[in-house]
Amino acid sequence: MKAKIVSYCKIKNNTVWVNGEKFYVDNQSVDITTFLAHLYKQLNLNYPKFFKMDNLCKLGILATELAIQNNSEFNNYEKDKVAISLSNNSSSIETDRNHIKTIADKNQYFPSPSLFVYTLPNIIIGEIAIKYKLTGENSFFISEKFDENLMCTYDSILLNEAQSSHTTAVIGGWVNVDGNEGEGFIYCLEKANFNPDRTGFSSSYNSETIHKFYNKTE
Amino acid sequence: MKELIENLKKQIIEQLNLAEVKPEDIDPNASLFGDGLGLDSIDALELIVLLEKNYGIKIQDPAAAKNIFSSIQSMADFIMANKK
Repeated sequence: MKAKIVSYCKIKNNTVWVNGEKFYVDNQSVDITTFLAHLYKQLNLNYPKFFKMDNLCKLGILATELAIQNNSEFNNYEKDKVAISLSNNSSSIETDRNHIKTIADKNQYFPSPSLFVYTLPNIIIGEIAIKYKLTGENSFFISEKFDENLMCTYDSILLNEAQSSHTTAVIGGWVNVDGNEGEGFIYCLEKANFNPDRTGFSSSYNSETIHKFYNKTE
Repeated sequence: MKELIENLKKQIIEQLNLAEVKPEDIDPNASLFGDGLGLDSIDALELIVLLEKNYGIKIQDPAAAKNIFSSIQSMADFIMANKK
């Protein structure tokens, strides 16, 4: 595949890695909700909509923010040429559970509209697209575990085959939340010939590389 | 009325997850949508649920919702006029 990984972020166990380097550790938070709020403040984001999101979207937004912050060319992409391809295992299960609680009692039947809108996993894509004004292709896959072969195959189609002149960059990865366990892995891909002179982090994109980056948490 | 307005502020902050807003930051006469609290269409639906859940009031005329939810004060006026 003629593409390169130009930045990536991994979030797991209250720890954040950016381009393989440990970026942030939170030893205080006892649950994922508190951890995500702490990380939001750490990044000095001014995005009140963040607090309306479920934890799945919060995790996706924060991982994406860090991947984008570390991609020096991001602002040079035409935003309709940036695709988003994400995946996870648990779909929107945590919000699904919370939604069920609001409708379980027929005498207290008050489904929450703001909760209900998060009962699909691909709303992460919507939230990322809104925040960064991205209007390119998008897809969301469900797989048992992070499937680097699946993602590489699809990203390859986006960047090299179908509509090859259209997609310049891809925000891809894995964002999963089940109960108090969350794992986010977001990478920015770019066509190999987009800016041959770019400086900073850059690595060839293939399933072996992405597997290595996904597992690099030491 | 003052107590009702204070309760509404707290309920709206909690229901709409306005984590960075404090009750004292909200002007009862300021617009809830647009330039005021910046609420959106999903928040409007949440306010309808809030009225029904906390005050047992259903909005029968959807066209009236725009005026009812124009501010905290207008919501309080509507609750006072329609509470059972």
